[in-house]
Amino acid sequence: MIEFRNVNFAYEKERPVLRDLSFRIGDGEAVGLIGANGAGKSTVMKLLLGLLFPASGEILVDGAAVGKKSLPEIRRKLGFVLQNSDNQMFMPTVYEDMIFAPLNYGLSREEAEKKVDAALEKLGMRELKHRHNHKISGGEKRMAAIATILAMEPEAVLMDEPSSALDPCNRRRVINIIRELKQTKLITSHDLDMILDTCERVILLDRGQIAADGPAEQILRDRTLLEAHRMELPFCLAGRK
Amino acid sequence: MNKMEKALHELSEMDELAAGASPIHRLCAPGKLLTTIAYIAVVLSFHKYELSGMLALLLYPVLLFQISGVSVGSFFYKLRIVLPLVMAVGLFNPFFDRQILVTVGGVGVSGGVISMLTLMLKGVLCLMASYLLMATTPIDVLCAALRKFHIPGTLVTLLLLTYRYIGVMTEELATMTEAYHLRAPGQKGIHVSAWGSFLGQLLLRSMDRAEELYNSMLLRGYHQHFHYAPVKPCTWKDGAVTLCSIALFLLLRFCNVAELLGGLFVR
Repeated sequence: MIEFRNVNFAYEKERPVLRDLSFRIGDGEAVGLIGANGAGKSTVMKLLLGLLFPASGEILVDGAAVGKKSLPEIRRKLGFVLQNSDNQMFMPTVYEDMIFAPLNYGLSREEAEKKVDAALEKLGMRELKHRHNHKISGGEKRMAAIATILAMEPEAVLMDEPSSALDPCNRRRVINIIRELKQTKLITSHDLDMILDTCERVILLDRGQIAADGPAEQILRDRTLLEAHRMELPFCLAGRK
Repeated sequence: MNKMEKALHELSEMDELAAGASPIHRLCAPGKLLTTIAYIAVVLSFHKYELSGMLALLLYPVLLFQISGVSVGSFFYKLRIVLPLVMAVGLFNPFFDRQILVTVGGVGVSGGVISMLTLMLKGVLCLMASYLLMATTPIDVLCAALRKFHIPGTLVTLLLLTYRYIGVMTEELATMTEAYHLRAPGQKGIHVSAWGSFLGQLLLRSMDRAEELYNSMLLRGYHQHFHYAPVKPCTWKDGAVTLCSIALFLLLRFCNVAELLGGLFVR
């Protein structure tokens, strides 16, 4: 589904952000992309979405290389949940935000409305449909942001820090929603407990290179590995001192 | 709540006002837009000395305020910064135009005073009409109505996004002023020495936010074509209200009601 082939990228020439990065994510896989600040996680997302282009190497989505020509088709397949939901929810109401993508993809208003209702139903948040975005809580906004992406019916869901700034209850709700999604998932987060709960595979990035790639249970339990790459064990595995 | 947060709150209140369900809210947007444009055109067409003729045009906003349930107080409160500027437009007229035009109770009133009052009234009436349109029609429906009148899509999208970005900029301003005041306790406003960097930072932060928003739109299939909210089709009732309103404005334009009424009592 998603493939990075020897990708190199730098914002400034002398400071490479990604170095010869290669990995592959299969259909339906749930992958957690972890790493310390500056490891290159957000850059990976931006490259995948065609918001940035690599200096060299190739990025493929369903076999199609990410490039200017293929962007509309690729973006249709990828739903991206931004870290800051305020930047995602720019319309006055949840409904208008949710219907934005289906209309852009050529659906009639009736068809688009059906998709909106289905997404709201799936997340159990029909009551939010006509609420004003500025009147809903942070947790509801995050859920609504996920709903806007589900209304697009993407083949893969990309999430940037989906559990940040949420209270424990809303965080659990988001985790449960993510677990129920059937699509391919790529999630970047510093919340390793959430990654452990939602992803079966983890890619650990350090200074633009893959430091480890394997089962989440194995990587997230490896204290030596994590600490060598400026990370810590998830709280649930660290135990009390 | 700091000043900026209040401003943000007021902005969001406009969206809520526009989502009301009064008979005025239910009228079709193109009709309301046409009526407002006609009203403003009629108001602006009055000569600078035709103050009495314009007074009858107050009827339109008064009726609209009553029927729509939008409070007059909210109009004066929300436009408290613009109104004095509008009022100041003709402030110097009395100094330049001193010719006595009418005598009221033995006191001569100069042309400058009348033209000043006319200009003030014109400004207030135009603002009232625009405010009432905004308060009874959601912005995206209004934009859709503009497209119905074949206003170029780029202009309409620009209008809509500008309206949305005002909120984004105000949010950033609210965060920045709060951060500033937390480290400058007891200080009123922002010290002049910080204005330059403050404005620069505001611009950079707003641009970053705007870029994020735009990326979010692009990732959801946006391609320079905005799908506006569906415009309620205009019924014969909407048409009748629009035509009657425009006819009333024209009647009030060419027939000085205040003078006619006055003529009943004064020879």
